[in-house]
Amino acid sequence: MLSQQIVNGLVLGSTYALFSLGFTLIFGVLRVINLTYGFYFSVGAFVALYLARSMEASIWVALPTGALVAGLVAVVVDSVLLTRIRRTKAGELASLMVTLGAVLALYALMAVTIGTEIQRFPFGFVDNTAWEFGGVRISLVQVLIVGTALALVAVLFLLLQRTRLGLMIRALAENEDAARLMGINVDATVMAVSFLSGFLGGAAGVLIGLNFNAIQPFMGEAMMLRGFAVIIIGGLGDIRGALVAGVLLGVLEVLTAGYISSTAKEAVAFSILVLTLWFRPVGLFGRAQAKKA
Amino acid sequence: MTNMAEWLDNFLFTYETLIHALGVNGLLALSIYCVMALGQLSLGQAAFQGIGAYTGALLTLKLGVPFWLVLPLSALVPALVALIIGGPTLRLSGVYLAIATIALGEVLRILYVNAESITGGALGLSGIPRKADLFLVYGLLVVCVVGFWTIGRSKIGRAMEAMREDEVAAGVMGVNLPLYKLGALVASAMLAGLAGSLAAHSNNFIGPNEYGFEHAVTILSFALLGGIGTPLAPVIGAMVLTALPEVLRPLQDFRLVINGLIIVVAVLFLPRGIIPFRLRRTS
Amino acid sequence: MSALLSARGLTMQFLGLVAVKDVDVDVTAGSVHGIIGPNGAGKTTLFNLVSGLMRPTSGTLTLEGRDITALPPYSRTRLGLARTFQNIRMFTDMTVLENVMTGMHTRLTTPGWMALLRLPGFRAEERAGKAYADELLELVGLADKADVRSGSLAYGEQRRLEIARALAARPRLLLLDEPAAGMNPAETRDLAALLRKLGHRDVTLLLVEHDMGFVMDLCDRITVLNFGSKIAEGDPREIRNDPAVIEAYLGSKIAERLARTLA
Repeated sequence: MLSQQIVNGLVLGSTYALFSLGFTLIFGVLRVINLTYGFYFSVGAFVALYLARSMEASIWVALPTGALVAGLVAVVVDSVLLTRIRRTKAGELASLMVTLGAVLALYALMAVTIGTEIQRFPFGFVDNTAWEFGGVRISLVQVLIVGTALALVAVLFLLLQRTRLGLMIRALAENEDAARLMGINVDATVMAVSFLSGFLGGAAGVLIGLNFNAIQPFMGEAMMLRGFAVIIIGGLGDIRGALVAGVLLGVLEVLTAGYISSTAKEAVAFSILVLTLWFRPVGLFGRAQAKKA
Repeated sequence: MTNMAEWLDNFLFTYETLIHALGVNGLLALSIYCVMALGQLSLGQAAFQGIGAYTGALLTLKLGVPFWLVLPLSALVPALVALIIGGPTLRLSGVYLAIATIALGEVLRILYVNAESITGGALGLSGIPRKADLFLVYGLLVVCVVGFWTIGRSKIGRAMEAMREDEVAAGVMGVNLPLYKLGALVASAMLAGLAGSLAAHSNNFIGPNEYGFEHAVTILSFALLGGIGTPLAPVIGAMVLTALPEVLRPLQDFRLVINGLIIVVAVLFLPRGIIPFRLRRTS
Repeated sequence: MSALLSARGLTMQFLGLVAVKDVDVDVTAGSVHGIIGPNGAGKTTLFNLVSGLMRPTSGTLTLEGRDITALPPYSRTRLGLARTFQNIRMFTDMTVLENVMTGMHTRLTTPGWMALLRLPGFRAEERAGKAYADELLELVGLADKADVRSGSLAYGEQRRLEIARALAARPRLLLLDEPAAGMNPAETRDLAALLRKLGHRDVTLLLVEHDMGFVMDLCDRITVLNFGSKIAEGDPREIRNDPAVIEAYLGSKIAERLARTLA
């Protein structure tokens, strides 16, 4: 039924949006396409899984912890990989390549250590409650997903607009050299952005792992294509764009799966990506970069 | 003398697959060299290779087209695809091209898996006759390397290096930027498609999972390891990285890890790769 | 006395700022034309508009009567326009000779396949190209450094190489973006001598420069910009005495005082 589909789509879309937030944040601020981002997604999920299994932690503990650990891992990995790149101003392609290599190595390492079978959260990790509204079934899990996504977006927005850290991040995004000259500690700000981005990715990992009940080391990689699509459609570096495009994509995918076919669903992200690149490469909210001499 | 000949024969027999792979990967290395020599980053070589492989295999298996026609067609189809996706992305910064080509590979994989009746789905296509012998593969490889060498020592080679160093300045020199970018992408697609078809006609089997993201990254690591100073450099990089797993057999599981690490180390510390030579650009 | 380059109503507007406002300029063939103005006057933007690195918000540009407003830089080079850059954009990994040969890109016309097969026609053209490149290097005094990696040249030498590279395109109009920047008086003198020699080669020069002495000495005609608009135009003597120009550079108070003392 249509309304049920739309609800499911909104849920899926929220996860896409959440996943893409951290990704687009790091691009908007650091002008870096950080492919290791997908790894933090997996890290969050596995940390939460570990806590749920060995310490019988509930989601209210596992989610924040998973996100936290992912954020910390992000700070470490990003500083190792990206400081050098940023110092030599080697450009976006170099950061793409480095993070590409790194993420591959990291995924493979994780796969070798943990194994590639699909794992699931233990039964009872989240209450099985659900509600019915006029024929539409909404489960606690789904509410949790959308709720968390919205909450995190709101927190991120407030952080960026109302706090001093947010101001520093926005200054850095505008003009790194000027920010440095203003006395902003660029390295610390970069670490904060890395942390935030990893945190968001990790949170997305837990929630998506929960939504599909499937966790394996390469899960981040599968999301990356959707992530690319969302950030390009939304506009590189734009947070509103990531939100809108993510939700849009989620809804479209569910509707396509329901009314056309399951296989067509896979093509939705790519088709819209291609159309965007063709007709409006800057995306919904992106600003065209003027080429300078 | 006969002992040598016997030994050579034995050697070739035991390692035939490897030697074949070395040649095919050499062609793939040249394919990415094409675009990287201009300063572009296309990660579509694996995707184009897949298109060439499936085209070639289908032409041979389902339509019985003679091999001398199959090869050029296996190069032509990927070239057309390159024209279609390259055109619009030309106006954008290199990152968009990289993303578009990554996406292409993934989508094609979904296509191959789902178009079961044509592509054999997840099981792929098997029973492809052996038509590509070592002479053909290496012959083509040598011709291509020489071709790149001669082109490199002309205004085209200078234009390419100029674009890699400073695209804006190259444009001001009069280099037709869109033409060169598109040309490089198309050439790269042709080489990759050729490599795919050659591999298909010697490995007997192709499947949908061989041409995805991981493979594209492996091809990238050929060029990153060897460098792009001369056309031969990435080929050597390819040979080293192809032969390495044989040498490091116990580390089989870590192959992807090593590939990934090579890329990281190369970009961070060896921006020119391990081959330090640079092609002279004047005759 | 035909205008080689004509700009009409050239305007460049960025989001909040109008960098170039409705500028008209005519550059006469065979002349040396200077563009001056205080910092932020819009000189470099104007240059970028003329060379094609930026598209104007409105206005037109014609080169030898041909509308080039919408053409990308490489097409303009083909039509006879070349430029140097304020911050010297050298192809550092290439040798000095290779840089100049790259500048020659639009004048080498043998098709690619002939290069591939190294046919005699291709080889002859490369030889001729190299000979001309050697001539240009001789002109700028870099003949002995032809095979040196251009990245290792001294600053002044790189500037001269840039000029040789731009000349390799056999331009009708050569744009020089602050050619004397970072040079000491001796180097500046040598540069002026070099640029004067170019007049014999039928090359029209359009330059942006801060060094007043250099500009007054070299240019036949000067256009003055301030805040994106043209405030004066004329030969060096006229410009030197133009009150609007003096005011733009020195401020109104000093300009008034000067006017009073000179009156």
